Parts: sequence; C-alpha cells; structure tokens
Amino acid sequence: MNVKRTEELVLAQSEDIVRARQTVRAWMIREGFSLVDQTKMVTAASELARNAVDYGGGGVVLLEQLLEGARAGLRITFTDRGPGIPDLELAQTDGYSTGTGLGMGLGGSRRLVNEFTIASSPGQGTVVTITRWR
Amino acid sequence: MTTPSAGKWAKVLAEDKDAFLEHWLREQKAVISARPDLMVDSELRRESAEFLDLLLAAADEGAAADISAEPWAPSREYLAGISRSRAVQGFTPTETATFVFSLKQPAFALLQAKLKDEAVLLSEVWTFNVLVDKLGLYTTEIFLTSREDIIRRQQAEMLELSTPVVQLWEGILALPLIGTLDSERTQVIMEILLQSIVDRSSGVAIIDITGVPAVDTMVAQNLMKTVAAARLMGAQCIISGIRPQIAQTMVHLGVSFEGVVTTASLADALAHAFRLSNLHVSQAQSRS
Amino acid sequence: METIPILKVGDCLLISIQVDMHDRLAMSLQNHITEQVVKHHARGVMIDISALEMVDSFIGRVLGSIAAMTRVLGAETVVVGMRPAVAITLVELGLSLGTLRTALNVEVGMELLGSLIDASTGGAFRERQAD
Repeated sequence: MNVKRTEELVLAQSEDIVRARQTVRAWMIREGFSLVDQTKMVTAASELARNAVDYGGGGVVLLEQLLEGARAGLRITFTDRGPGIPDLELAQTDGYSTGTGLGMGLGGSRRLVNEFTIASSPGQGTVVTITRWR
Repeated sequence: MTTPSAGKWAKVLAEDKDAFLEHWLREQKAVISARPDLMVDSELRRESAEFLDLLLAAADEGAAADISAEPWAPSREYLAGISRSRAVQGFTPTETATFVFSLKQPAFALLQAKLKDEAVLLSEVWTFNVLVDKLGLYTTEIFLTSREDIIRRQQAEMLELSTPVVQLWEGILALPLIGTLDSERTQVIMEILLQSIVDRSSGVAIIDITGVPAVDTMVAQNLMKTVAAARLMGAQCIISGIRPQIAQTMVHLGVSFEGVVTTASLADALAHAFRLSNLHVSQAQSRS
Repeated sequence: METIPILKVGDCLLISIQVDMHDRLAMSLQNHITEQVVKHHARGVMIDISALEMVDSFIGRVLGSIAAMTRVLGAETVVVGMRPAVAITLVELGLSLGTLRTALNVEVGMELLGSLIDASTGGAFRERQAD
C-alpha cells in the first residue's frame, strides 16, 4: 500500500471542525468519490473531529491518499491527547455518550466508512482511523 | 547481491540502447503483431522507449531487484498506466505481460555478447531475470484489478438500468423491483429513487416488491432505510406487492416494516397514494 | 460574529441556512429562533436546508431541538429540502429524527405548515391567507 499525499490539520476549536470537513470534502472530490460516499466520509470526519475537540481537548487530523494496486482510498486519522476512553466497546454503542450529544459519534461513524479502528487508554488520549475505498 | 554490480546489466543495455530497443520491439511485435487493430506502431515505440529509460534510470540508482522500493516507483507507475490502458483496450493478460517479459530475450543476447566473465554474466542474467519476473507479475496484477474495475463498473451500469423509476401521477412515483436485492443493489436503488423524488418533486413513492423472490432481515432493513431517508426529505413511501408467502416468512423471521404503509398489491398502494395526495378517483357519469 | 438571517412572513419565520455551520453558530441559531418565535408570536417556522451538503449528528440534533422547542412555544417547525445524500447519511448514522416534520421544498413546506397551523388553531392560517 502506498501513501501518495498527506495533509495535516490542527483541531482546537469548533471552527476547525468545519475546516476539517471542508478539507475532507475537497479530497473526496479530487479522488473521484460519488456524492453519497463524499457525504458519508465528511459526516464521519465531522463526528470524529468534534470528539477530538470537545472531549479530547483538541488534537490533529491527518489525511492520507492511499493507493493499493488499482484501488484508491482516503484514510483519515484523528489523534487527541485527551483523557482517553476506558471502555471502548461501550463507547461505540449507539446512544452512549459522555457529553451532550446523542451518542451517535463513534458507532455512527463506523457505519459510514469501510474501515474503522480505534485505540485508546486512560490518560493516553485516543487515536481513531477511518478509511474509505473507491 | 547488495553490491552496486546490480546495475551492470543496466550499463550494458544503456550502451547499446537503440539497438536493444529495436530488438525488444521486434520481440513484442512477434506476439502483438496479430493486433494491429489495438496498437499503433508509433505508440508501442514511444511506450517502450519511455519505459526503457525509466528502467535504466532506476537501475542506475543502484537499486536491487526489490521493485516495491522507492527508486522503482516511476517504473511501477508507468507499467500500471500501460496495464490499465491495455485492459481497457481489450488486450489479453498474455499480450499485456509480454511488454515486460519480451525484455528477456534481447537482454540475454546483449549481455552474453558483452560480458566475457561467466560468473558475472550468470549473476547479471539472474538479477535481470528476477527483476523482469517481478515487473511482469506486477503488470499482470494491475491488469487483473483493472479488469475487475471494468466488471464492477459494468455491474453498476446494469444496476442502474434495472431500476426504472416511473411516474404514475403527478407527485406519485413507482419503483417496480425485480430480482434479488443484495445490499449493493439496494444502495443504488435507494440513491436513484431519492434523486427521482427530488427531480420530479414527488411527495409519494411506491416501492413494489412483487418481483422480489425473498425478503430477509437484511433486505427489509435496507428497504426501511430507504423509507426513512425519503421521510427525512419530506416524501412518504409505500411498500407494495407483499405476497402471502413473503408475509409468512417475514413474520416467522421476526422481520417487520414497522411504521411503514404496506399493501398487498400495487393497485392498493396507488389508491393509498391518491388519498395521501388528496386526489379522488370516481366513476364518470354515463352519457346514455 | 456571523448570524443566519431569520425572515418573518405573516405568521411564519423563514430561515434558509446557506453556510457550513460550526457548532456555536448552530447553537446561536437555535437561541435566535426561539427568541423570534416568542417576539413575533409566530405559529410556524420553516428551515430550508437545501444548501447544506452535510448534516451530522450535532446539526441533526439542533434541528430536532428547534422543532421541539418551538412546539412548546406554540409554533410548528418544518424542515425542507434535505438532499438525498444527506438523508442517506443521516439514516446510516442512526439518526432518524422521528418527530421532525419535513417537506420536499419550500412550496410544499408552506402548504404543510399551513395545514399544521390550521389543525392547531382551527383555521387561522387559511383565514389569514384569504384576507
């Protein structure tokens, strides 16, 4: 698998969430994804960027253009230095939330992408990676 | 094999590049000559010359035969491009791989003529052989994935063709579904139906599943998602054509269309759609 | 700070969201609408989201809250013009917004709003229109 291009954005405040989704949208358009695929990836990115800003105390988002054989994809990694998530399984259940949201963030985002991985430990922050293939 | 001698074959080839290119082209044409319909001579010459330059440039950097390494990236990309375009043009995998494999014969001949030391000759021939094999396999791999892409695209086109959205009345659409509903097809159907709802500003859509052989939990869930998405856009869906057999299996499986209007026949659904649209159908007064 | 304009048309408030809203802007829109409903004694609110290319769980939740809050204040809310790709994504996300009233476009939305107001007031909207 080749990483052809990368871009990194800082997530600190709520305007950064908007900037993250606009950047993801631009990448998805350039990669030739369908409108529905674009919307799903942008929405997932918005959810995860918000998690990083609101609960992770800010962080960074890394976009990577992937090439594996003849298939192309976009991988986005969200890294925060927040308190971490003690029970990952519970956190991905619909309806679960520590904040004021409806708790659709993690579980919902997982359904919008092709690949979803999450790593977190208390005090170490959280890393979420999502990938969508074309 | 880590010594810079890995590039000796490249020096030999580079010294006699023009003659080598001619020999290589002859070898290629021996296989592709039967396809003048697919490939113009000048194009083959241009592609061959360009690839040869990339190959020699990569070897020049002292790169060993690990083609996934960075110095080989331009060669790989060039080959991928050739592979893709040939898959689209209708070449066979053999014809496509020949582009690379036909390098062997002229290279061996040239190396044999130029390298007098047998040990060096053997080592260079071997190195080059391994390299060409790897590039050849890579070419075939890309060729196959490109073909898969083409097949996928054709499937997608067929899916769209098999999804006719018809307008029954102003503001009332119908989508007669025929055949098995897998999740990919349902996805396409969903998008086409929702787009039609916007395009023809239809407040009611009837999804008729008379021609769907089986409704399992997955299919039901996908249909429910379509209905939910339409509702978010401000349109109502009716699912019609639920045969008795399907109703029975649905109940057995515990599948439900909760919160969705369902009818046995398309006619019932149309009647319901008229009611939703505040339309009344009545018998005209007889003239006699 | 930028705000989203709220138009008053008869008994109704009209809002057309044209920008990619950040979270604070969405919250301020929610406050703004409820204030305006009270101030103008509005009976209906129509929010046009046809320009929105994305609605995530936060914005979806704000739309739901606006509808619930205005209902408490005596005004019905209709959300119009959601794009197909947005609707598909919201459903996949797991947000069905069950109680939210929706319509295909502004025209249909206006009709729906009219009938909702009539139902809750015994024909006030139609009387007004006839004036």
